[in-house]
Amino acid sequence: MQPIHLAWVDYTILIAYVAFVLGIGWALARYMKTSSDFLTSARSIPTWVTGLAFISANLGALELVGMAASGAKYGIATAHFYWVGAIPAMIFLAVFMMPFYYGSKARSVPEYLQMRFNKPVMGLNAIGFAVMTVFASGISMNALAKMLANLLPWQLSLNLGFAHLVSYDVYLWICSGVVLIYVLKGGLTSAIYTEVLQFFMIVLGFAPVVYLALKDVGGWTAMTDKLHAVAQNPMALDLNTRAFAPDAWTSAWKPLLGGYDANPMGVNVFAIVFGLGFVLSFGYWCTNFLVVQRAMAAKNMTAARNTPIVAALPKMLFPALVILPGMLAVALTAMPDKNYRIPPPIIAPENYARAVDVIKNTNQPNPAAEIKDVGDALGQKVNADKITALIAANATTKLSDDQIKEGVYNAVAAYDYDSVIFSLVKKYCPAGLLGLALTALLASFMSGMAGNVTAFNTVWTYNLYQAFFVPNKSDGHYFWMGKFITVVGIGLSILCAYFARQYNNAMDIIQLVFGFVNAPVFATFLLGMFWKRTTSIAAFCGLFGGIAGSTVFHALTIAMGNVPGVKGAYLWRILGHEVPKSCIFPSEMAQNFWLATFAFCVCFGLTLVISLATRRTRSDEQLKGLVYSLTPKIVDHNVPVWQRPAVVGTVLLAACVVLNFIFW
Amino acid sequence: MGLDIRWPIGLMFTFIGVLLTGYGAVNRAASVTNIDGQEIDINLWWGVVLLVFGVLMLLGAIRGRKNPPSA
Repeated sequence: MQPIHLAWVDYTILIAYVAFVLGIGWALARYMKTSSDFLTSARSIPTWVTGLAFISANLGALELVGMAASGAKYGIATAHFYWVGAIPAMIFLAVFMMPFYYGSKARSVPEYLQMRFNKPVMGLNAIGFAVMTVFASGISMNALAKMLANLLPWQLSLNLGFAHLVSYDVYLWICSGVVLIYVLKGGLTSAIYTEVLQFFMIVLGFAPVVYLALKDVGGWTAMTDKLHAVAQNPMALDLNTRAFAPDAWTSAWKPLLGGYDANPMGVNVFAIVFGLGFVLSFGYWCTNFLVVQRAMAAKNMTAARNTPIVAALPKMLFPALVILPGMLAVALTAMPDKNYRIPPPIIAPENYARAVDVIKNTNQPNPAAEIKDVGDALGQKVNADKITALIAANATTKLSDDQIKEGVYNAVAAYDYDSVIFSLVKKYCPAGLLGLALTALLASFMSGMAGNVTAFNTVWTYNLYQAFFVPNKSDGHYFWMGKFITVVGIGLSILCAYFARQYNNAMDIIQLVFGFVNAPVFATFLLGMFWKRTTSIAAFCGLFGGIAGSTVFHALTIAMGNVPGVKGAYLWRILGHEVPKSCIFPSEMAQNFWLATFAFCVCFGLTLVISLATRRTRSDEQLKGLVYSLTPKIVDHNVPVWQRPAVVGTVLLAACVVLNFIFW
Repeated sequence: MGLDIRWPIGLMFTFIGVLLTGYGAVNRAASVTNIDGQEIDINLWWGVVLLVFGVLMLLGAIRGRKNPPSA
């Protein structure tokens, strides 16, 4: 992405945002008196705030960027991540699981496991979560620093002897510093408040971009018509290697029903519904402390149960804001007079210069060789027709170097989908609106770090430090530890950011580990909350077995087109075998969904069987309030109908089904 | 908890709304987007939207101060 020019008004908006988040931290500092205030907000936050924070904690900038990228690659089917992969789980959490999280007075999700089972089970969950969340924080900050280094024109190169500083480092440390200050001052409440601010910034910052892009394409019908044409011949735009039915980009379910080779995602209905819709989605929304922490900060039980419900409404509507831009980008790329294409991957200027030279000096009569030379010079595939046309144009009228370079840029046959949202912002936003959109992105990256750090410091202080290392100290001691570990957490995040920056594979590895740890965990919670017979030793073995099972599944399987290694199937390579056909999945997504399914089943099965084989260590009386059958049902008599979680949840679920029908 | 979140949100969006509306009104050449040949004063219009949103938030905050929420 070429750097963009920012005007004074853009910088003003950026600085205003930073000033406001620091101010929020400062204003809250005086209310931080106990470790509970700092780490868990002492259950004082109103429903609408926790609800918006709940959705915001998940709506990081990586999601914004990623969903637009997926919208371009897969079309409306990406909405499955929302309508199948989020809403049902959020409603289940609200109606059935929050009573246990909130009613048990657990201070964190792992702490519920300690109350229900024992410390080892809690420890396994806590350690996995703590590691994951620090890495997630680092990934967020790395992406932010990279974005700023690519977009802002200011460049730095300072040789300090022991280190070579570039603008990336400055952005990383300054942004981390801002987050550190406002979290250290205002704790979890600071993070929650800035998440709400971020929510409004994202909606108000990106709505105009979507509106303008939609207007430019000519409206919804014009877009769908264009996408129908693209779906039948994506090869013309180098978007895919196969043709699909016309509705591949505009229909959410029909392409899936056709099986894995009828849709660009490469999945079938079972993988989506069970792998994504059940295992991964419930595993994330119902057990990930990053989001559940926001619900646990609510001021009473009704508020806590309503938090995911409040969050579900915007979540349902977000595809219009985050997925639609990707689809619009594809439609625009297919309209030659719009002068827009999804940006190609970033190519070094030297490579462009070499390619330009090849075009200028073509004297070989063999066009195929010339095209190959251009491609080699660039290090990317190029579109044969466009290069031929460019060479012909240069032959008739001598083009300038810049014109040739632009022609080469337009002929690169690969796309950097992650830059779709930036490119649309760049195309449609004048100065002012540009600052707003960029600040919205900055806000969500920083919120990502803040949210992860506040979840990390709570789990460390209460569930690792207090539970295993230093129990029975005064609250003041744990308050101090909470602050100390916040600083450490930011430091570790910065290290993870450098790690992610250094290794191209880092994102893949980290996603992998997330998958291993997340996939089985819902089985443990499901059996723990709804079956009193589940024993602690069974829970531990099940969880451990699930994680181990994930690792083995991954070591044996791979997606079509990937090389054995980080992407999987390395066990076959070690054994010196070809990967058997039964272990090859049509796409990475399919592999992920099936891995999740497998891990869930292993955990569920092990926990079930071992529970039946071992004796219970907790009596019914001890499990009261922790298990469904032993807890009095919550009766929402004093609450008006429109505030009852079960009622509103059902309505939202119905609305979700309607949405699925509309985009069938 | 202590600070009503509507205050910072209201203040910030009122500020940005005023900024964008002002910039859009004064510097019209730089504030338009060209869509299909049609020039849209997007800074101006959206600035007004943000301003209205910010003011609504502030009104909510003022109302919250008059009726303190029950504990």
